[in-house]
Amino acid sequence: MPSSFWTVAWAVAAKDLKIEWRTKTAFASSIVFAVLVLAVFYFARDPTAVAALDVAPGALWVTFTFAAMLGLNRAFLLERENRALDGILLAPVPRSAVFLGKLVGNLAFVAVVEFVSLPLFVLFYDLAIWRQLPTLIGVMAMATVAFVSVGTLLSSMVVRTRFAELMLPILLLPFLIPPVVGAVQLTSRVLAERPLSDLVGWLKLLASFDIIFVALCFFLFEATLEE
Amino acid sequence: MAIALVGLVGVYVRALVFTPIERTQGPAQKIFYVHAPAAWAALLAFAVVGILSLVYLWLRDRKLDTIAESSAEVGLAFSVVMLTTGPIWGKPIWGTWWSWDARLTSTLFIFLLFVGYKVLRGAIVDPEMRARYSAVIGIMALVLVPFIHMTVYLFRTLHPDPVLMKPGRPALPGVMLITLLISIGVFTLLYVGFLMQRYALAVLRDVREEEAASAIP
Repeated sequence: MPSSFWTVAWAVAAKDLKIEWRTKTAFASSIVFAVLVLAVFYFARDPTAVAALDVAPGALWVTFTFAAMLGLNRAFLLERENRALDGILLAPVPRSAVFLGKLVGNLAFVAVVEFVSLPLFVLFYDLAIWRQLPTLIGVMAMATVAFVSVGTLLSSMVVRTRFAELMLPILLLPFLIPPVVGAVQLTSRVLAERPLSDLVGWLKLLASFDIIFVALCFFLFEATLEE
Repeated sequence: MAIALVGLVGVYVRALVFTPIERTQGPAQKIFYVHAPAAWAALLAFAVVGILSLVYLWLRDRKLDTIAESSAEVGLAFSVVMLTTGPIWGKPIWGTWWSWDARLTSTLFIFLLFVGYKVLRGAIVDPEMRARYSAVIGIMALVLVPFIHMTVYLFRTLHPDPVLMKPGRPALPGVMLITLLISIGVFTLLYVGFLMQRYALAVLRDVREEEAASAIP
């Protein structure tokens, strides 16, 4: 029986990723979904009037968040089958470790979807991003941590309600406003090669959202899993 | 409750008859005495939900959850008043029904958050679980609102103001200020009145549900 905090968290994350790796349905459908959204968005503009660069950051983040939402719905649905969640609750382990494990598993899932769709995004929208790539990845990491942590907490609750699949977007979308608006603004500035001073305000907003909401989700997760 | 309703009539009479007509806005400005207090009552209601949620997770008293539920619903009613009177006022004065400024956007999302809160409550059968989950959402919403405000503020300051945006807020003349304050007071009373009514209703509903549950052998 793993006892320390980190081994528990790792065990939960590894279990989720192993299930994902063996079935591959969620990965495959999220990635196909991401490609479809990117392609559809390309045609949602007048190419003679609006430059690809103007619509690209928005399209990228709508793709990421919608694809992530598909994945998040699944994270706790897994636990509903055969009442697997009850097994986790019976285990004498800290609940926050379970949350960390779920969070890491979801982050890995969303990161894979993002890294598959990012090259396609560059290809479809014909962008030169090589020089800004490290900054862009930093922005992606910050925004992804923000919405995946809130999404993990909310999905742990909605799976045990009626209309779970419908409930997650309704509850999660308001929480996406700060991280996604920030990420879109940062992405468009990074792609336009604006100086760092133009980014600082939004970076601060993203960083504070990350810190506050990750801490809050850890704290509140214990309240969602009581029997 | 009765006092609040009588007060409401008094406020309307005062707002319509005894306040001067604003020079640039004309009679349209009268809606201010409904719009601003309704917004105040809605935000008060939602703040109460957030705080009660926090206290609920600490004390685990069912009563707190029932009050929070009632407050959320009363807050939704006041938000509808705020979100309908706002555009009606905005169209003649700003020239637009809606603008994405920080205050408008935050209040819209508070409204949507609490619609989600109500929907979540409707989707959970077990009362104890419903109380915990809604408390979690209540607390998250309380923390989220300043973030949405900051986001929109950052978003807007980086874009120039449209020409039709609202003018600088002039200090209110005394008569208007007093009317506004009375109106805010009355709407607060109205909020408390509605809250008590809605709470009583919720208590009755719970009693009935328990009776129904115990009637099944």
